[in-house]
Amino acid sequence: MSGGSYINRPNRALTAYALVFLTVLYLPVLALPLFSFNESISVRFPLQGFTLQWYVDLWSRDSVLAALWNSVRVGVCVSLLATALGLLAARAITLRRLPGQNAIVAFAMLPLVIPGIIFGVALLILFSRIGVPLSLITVGFGHLVICLPFAVATLLPRFEGFDRSIEEASADLGENGWWTFWRVTFPMVLPGVVASLLLTFTISFDEFIITFFLSGYDATLPIYIWSQLRFPREFPSVLALSTLILAASFILVFTALWIGRIGLARPEEAEARKEGPA
Amino acid sequence: MTPGDGFISIRNVAKSYGAFRAIESISMEIGKGEFFSLLGASGCGKTTLLRMLAGFEDVSGGEIWIDGQEMSAVPPFRRPVNMVFQNYAIFPHMNVAENVGYGLRKLNLPKTQRREMVEEMLDLVRLAGYGGRKANELSGGQRQRVALARALILKPKVLLLDEPLGALDRQLREQMQVELRRLQRSIGITFVFVTHDQEEALTLSDRIAVMDGGAVLQVGSPADLYERPASRKVAGFIGTMNFLRARVAERANGRAHLDVEALGRLAVPAEATTLAAGSPAWIAIRPERFALSDAPPADGSYAVEASLELTTYLGERCRHVVRLAGHETRIAVSAPNARRHQPASLDLEKPVWLTWSEDAVIVLEEDRT
Amino acid sequence: MSPTLLFLLVGVAVPFLALLLISFWTRDGFGFDTTLTFANYERIWTEPIFGALLSRSLWISGVVTVATVLLCYPMAYYVAFHVHRHKMLWIILMTLPFWTSYLLRIFAWKVILGYEGVINASLLSLGWIAAPLEFLLYSPTAVIITLAHAWAAFAILPLYVSLEKIDRSLLEAAADLGDGPARRFFRITLPLSMPGVLSAFFLIFIPTTGDYITPALLGGPDGAMIGNLIQLQFGAVNNWPMGAALSIVLTLWIAAIGLVFLALSRILAQRAA
Repeated sequence: MSGGSYINRPNRALTAYALVFLTVLYLPVLALPLFSFNESISVRFPLQGFTLQWYVDLWSRDSVLAALWNSVRVGVCVSLLATALGLLAARAITLRRLPGQNAIVAFAMLPLVIPGIIFGVALLILFSRIGVPLSLITVGFGHLVICLPFAVATLLPRFEGFDRSIEEASADLGENGWWTFWRVTFPMVLPGVVASLLLTFTISFDEFIITFFLSGYDATLPIYIWSQLRFPREFPSVLALSTLILAASFILVFTALWIGRIGLARPEEAEARKEGPA
Repeated sequence: MTPGDGFISIRNVAKSYGAFRAIESISMEIGKGEFFSLLGASGCGKTTLLRMLAGFEDVSGGEIWIDGQEMSAVPPFRRPVNMVFQNYAIFPHMNVAENVGYGLRKLNLPKTQRREMVEEMLDLVRLAGYGGRKANELSGGQRQRVALARALILKPKVLLLDEPLGALDRQLREQMQVELRRLQRSIGITFVFVTHDQEEALTLSDRIAVMDGGAVLQVGSPADLYERPASRKVAGFIGTMNFLRARVAERANGRAHLDVEALGRLAVPAEATTLAAGSPAWIAIRPERFALSDAPPADGSYAVEASLELTTYLGERCRHVVRLAGHETRIAVSAPNARRHQPASLDLEKPVWLTWSEDAVIVLEEDRT
Repeated sequence: MSPTLLFLLVGVAVPFLALLLISFWTRDGFGFDTTLTFANYERIWTEPIFGALLSRSLWISGVVTVATVLLCYPMAYYVAFHVHRHKMLWIILMTLPFWTSYLLRIFAWKVILGYEGVINASLLSLGWIAAPLEFLLYSPTAVIITLAHAWAAFAILPLYVSLEKIDRSLLEAAADLGDGPARRFFRITLPLSMPGVLSAFFLIFIPTTGDYITPALLGGPDGAMIGNLIQLQFGAVNNWPMGAALSIVLTLWIAAIGLVFLALSRILAQRAA
């Protein structure tokens, strides 16, 4: 697949389209940081002047810090649990090919294709019927349901690309099951595990649709922002807060996706290896 | 070698997956320091047998003994064998030195000694200086050497090789064959080598077990298998062979006389076959055991008239297809090009004479099916 | 598998059954009348407001889905066929915004589309318009733009994967046999990328039908969707059984449309083959 082949020869119109597409994809999101440094309290052009006042304000608000702390706690727990469950599922799915396997995988992916609101209200009903008060725990439970498909989807390729003979080679060289896991299996899936942790944390951290139905008195960060959106004069501080969250999310996810790809053969490399000298 | 005295002793070993019997009761003995090959087409059970030696497959019946120890209760990581996997199974997250040194952890050696051992192994497989390379930066031949070094560093009693040369191109394969043989001679470890390539097996092995359908057809040295195949299947599997239908006419005066399709009556020494008079049989003759000439031989050895149908020039030799006069039977003949321009002496138009000597004839039983 | 399966049962199947059950109850003051009845479903069937909101939701989601797939296809195609170096970086770049807070992305659109937002303010200052464009905010258009933007990643990824899988020699064979670029696209590339198109359809259409944040922030009265109504039942209106029944009806509609779409694509695929 060389760049100069007939099928892949450059297409200017398509390149231009791709650049416009990326711009439009990022512009709205970048509007938030832009206005967060604006002196004016109203969000409009022209910009009034540069200020860090809204960021400084955030620090003095206990409710923001409390919401942040809540989100972090939920996110950490959810990402750990979702990744652990995802590991178990991915290992089981790839280890033995059972009949009905596809159905199980589809079942695990179900939350991806069901409107979040339906999960939200269904869980709300369940919790209220069995008498579980709404709290950060119920929020975490809801997050776990929607994070699981992402954890499984991130970890599954790791195990699928996993050649059984790699573990056999370790056993052959004298390592028992425990050491084989620590010296071979775990290091090989580690990038997937890290990626899954980061991604599920981000999803939980940003989740609103389900959280809205399941949160009690303790607000997470998105819930707090939602409550502030009613007050136009709070816009600038919301913008500042959003900017911080966006920056954190970008860094986390970029790291996750970058780490997640380590060790998985990239299409170009696989191609090059096939064609290269033996 | 009598049963039971081998370094590796495989006794009535069977393997079944549910109702499917992959291997039915195989017994064989492999000697210490032997280069032993399991040869057969895919699905013949050779890889299953190898994996049972390594401990990756349970034995459904029978026993495997290695150096006087019964293996059924020994997990793979405690067996005195190491394996070179078909796809090499190089640990992708480790570099070459870490791969090679993988098995040393348990020995609790000081770091410097470990490094020395790894370097020594890399030297042995001619990869000195490659220790820092990543697994995915290696070519096919290099991966093979790493797999070899990794398996040999523990000085196993037996090295198992699962078609290790299958993924390499022809030139590299031949080069690796030479190196494998050199290695095996120099370290003296028993090699059990699985391959579907008969030429490779003949080149490398001290002895070969030819397998088919989960059973062993014949065990013997390359020359044994080539010159004295025990059955039509083995004869056909190894090298090229001409088969002709025959019947034992009589046994008399220390000779067995056979009526052979298209060739007429032949005599062979009585010990060439145990078949009784009247039994159907097959005659097998290698293409290179025939000779062609443009005139009938004067010395009265066996000869029949034939016509030349096709000649293929292969450099060191010519391959001819001849049709026996008055028959539909075609015979493959391989003749060395001992002199230049020799093929010109044979003419497609004129009749030729096909000659052979008595000891070229192999008598085989009708295959039981 | 078993712990994961168990969790899925508790986390997915059980709540769903609870939802189904309660949809056959009715509200009774602050509690529930637990006699099983079709009353909620009858109201949904007879009162036009429900049908109107439901069909608008499906309509908006349908437009969003088609628009997103159409807009994302060339992008996915570009990365699959014309990007040769740093492919992974491109994929990450295309999907990165998706991972950031949904709420914030919608908020960003509110900032852009608002009366004094980026677009109106810019156009006003350029003198191209005399008064702010009102249709930009609080309208179905705003909802559609925002949703299409928000769900782009769900179209790009499956489309990219299916396009990347296409063996380039198939296209070379088609060219060799006399097909020009356009024919090649319609006879080879598009049919072979249909699985990606199908996944994109499901991954966008289904979740967007139930969205309530975007309509609430950007939709205005004409842009409200069924999700807003469901949310109201669990909030201000406080009629949980009704909300549950609406959720079930929505789920059934999604399932029905999904099945029809799946069947149609199967038939088309068979005809093409």
